[in-house]
Amino acid sequence: MKLPRFMHVYLARHAQVSLNSLGRLYRAPSASLMTAAVIAIALALPSGLYLLTGNLQRLSTQWDGSTSLSLFLHHSVAENQARQLAAGLQKWPEIESLQLISPEQALAEFRELSGFGTALDVLEENPLPAVLAVKPGRDHADADSAAALLERLQVLPEVEMAQLDLQWVRRFSAIVDIVRRSIWVMGSLLGLAVLLVIGNTIRLEIQNRREEIEITKLIGATDAFIRRPFLYSGIWYGLGGALLAVVLIEVAFLQLQGPVRQLSGLYASSFALEALSVAEIGVLLSGGALLGLAGAWLAVGRHLADIEPTY
Amino acid sequence: MIRFDHVSKRYPETGDALHNVNFHLMSGAMAFLTGHSGAGKSTLLKLIALLERCSRGQLFLDGENLTRAPARKIPLVRRKIGMIFQNHRLLCDRTVFDNVALPLVIAGFRHQDIRRRVRAALDKVGLLSKERAFPLMLSGGEQQRVGIARAVVNKPPLLLADEPTGNLDPELSRDIMHLFEQFNQVGVTVLVASHDLDLISRMPYPQLRLHQGHLSVEQALAIE
Ligand SMILES: Nc1ncnc2c1ncn2[C@@H]1O[C@H](COP(=O)(O)OP(=O)(O)OP(=O)(O)O)[C@@H](O)[C@H]1O
Ligand SMILES: [Mg+2]
Repeated sequence: MKLPRFMHVYLARHAQVSLNSLGRLYRAPSASLMTAAVIAIALALPSGLYLLTGNLQRLSTQWDGSTSLSLFLHHSVAENQARQLAAGLQKWPEIESLQLISPEQALAEFRELSGFGTALDVLEENPLPAVLAVKPGRDHADADSAAALLERLQVLPEVEMAQLDLQWVRRFSAIVDIVRRSIWVMGSLLGLAVLLVIGNTIRLEIQNRREEIEITKLIGATDAFIRRPFLYSGIWYGLGGALLAVVLIEVAFLQLQGPVRQLSGLYASSFALEALSVAEIGVLLSGGALLGLAGAWLAVGRHLADIEPTY
Repeated sequence: MIRFDHVSKRYPETGDALHNVNFHLMSGAMAFLTGHSGAGKSTLLKLIALLERCSRGQLFLDGENLTRAPARKIPLVRRKIGMIFQNHRLLCDRTVFDNVALPLVIAGFRHQDIRRRVRAALDKVGLLSKERAFPLMLSGGEQQRVGIARAVVNKPPLLLADEPTGNLDPELSRDIMHLFEQFNQVGVTVLVASHDLDLISRMPYPQLRLHQGHLSVEQALAIE
């Protein structure tokens, strides 16, 4: 693409100013690094938590695969009736498989697992109902379809009570959702903090360079010319902070990766933490740069107009 | 080039600094602005560079009425004026070269042009060897010359100087006045405020005499 000459000049001048601003920050490394670190922490905290809860959400959808419904049948339902019901339900397209647990089986299992053993012998009759364990098909395992299926099973005359074992997964998912929303609130506040930190840093820089601003105004600099280096400083601060935040998050997730893999190995799951994607890194960096620009803009708008050359 | 039409300037704190000043300095002319301390010399120059605004009357620069020029036009007016300040106003953290280059950078000159023009201006004031030095490493006279180089580097049509020889020895003062003459000879309009009467009375240029804010009328006529 061939640019008109004035565009070349314009772009070259901007590149020059932005490099000059970067050079100025580089020449005061400890102060610049400190500001960038504050920004990095303020950005890394909400981003890291958001990423973590995103992983938790992913984990909870993986559990959908183990969704099952339990149908507790009325005591009055005889075993062959229960078998008929099971055969009928087997034809439903939503249902992948089902298993009938007779009251005797249930009691035997309970006896074994609870360890009450002979204590149960005193019972005159089996208090446990027959249970149908229903596993929905893959396409119907998500929370909403499972709930719909539950409703349809609930109204069958043989069924006393139907229970969705997904319930706790849903609760977990809802809690994660609330946490994510509060991270947004926290993120907005910390974003505001970044804005103010950068604004204040730029304000100090304007004060330090007051003499220079006055002199350049004296010899005919436009407001845009004077504003430009400060806006670039803001962008560099924001970008540097965001870059540092990315590093912080990556390091933290690297630390967590091993233990998480070990844990999911214990549960025979292939779950692994996902760190920042390229797109997310892009969002974080451009968000940081934008916050920097906005903070600098605020400071420049407020404080540059105050400086009129006196002579 | 510069026309004052019944111009008065009143500072809110100290009262009237200029009363009903009328004069017209033609394009390409050179003149001195004299008067006792506090007479209003700096005030008059500040009005031209729009560092202060007139309280009454009209002010024209290069045919353009500046009396109510909007703030966004101020930078463009100042670029037409090479201004030399009594207290130099150099950037202490920049080299001599960078100081002189500043007006060109502001105007968006290209890198190569900036080099060439800065060196030419420094050569003119005899400071080419000091381009890497910082202003505080220079003597008062050298700093003044850096200020002059900065004022002329973008070839403005008008040069304003406020006490350019204020604290220099007679020989250096003569050199600097001679520099102004040279700029004038290539067509630059020059107005120099000075109370070095000894020196300027020996030079063949009209004088604008200020006394407590009043301009001597016969002198003004002499210029018109
Ligand atoms: N910024 C200002 N605010 C208020 N009063 C001012 C200001 N600048 C100058 N004055 C007043 O205006 C009058 C003229 O001042 P000006 O600086 O123009 O004098 P001058 O002729 O340049 O004097 P000098 O030869 O000492 O530099 C003085 O009485 C001064 O007190
Ligand atoms: Mg003065």
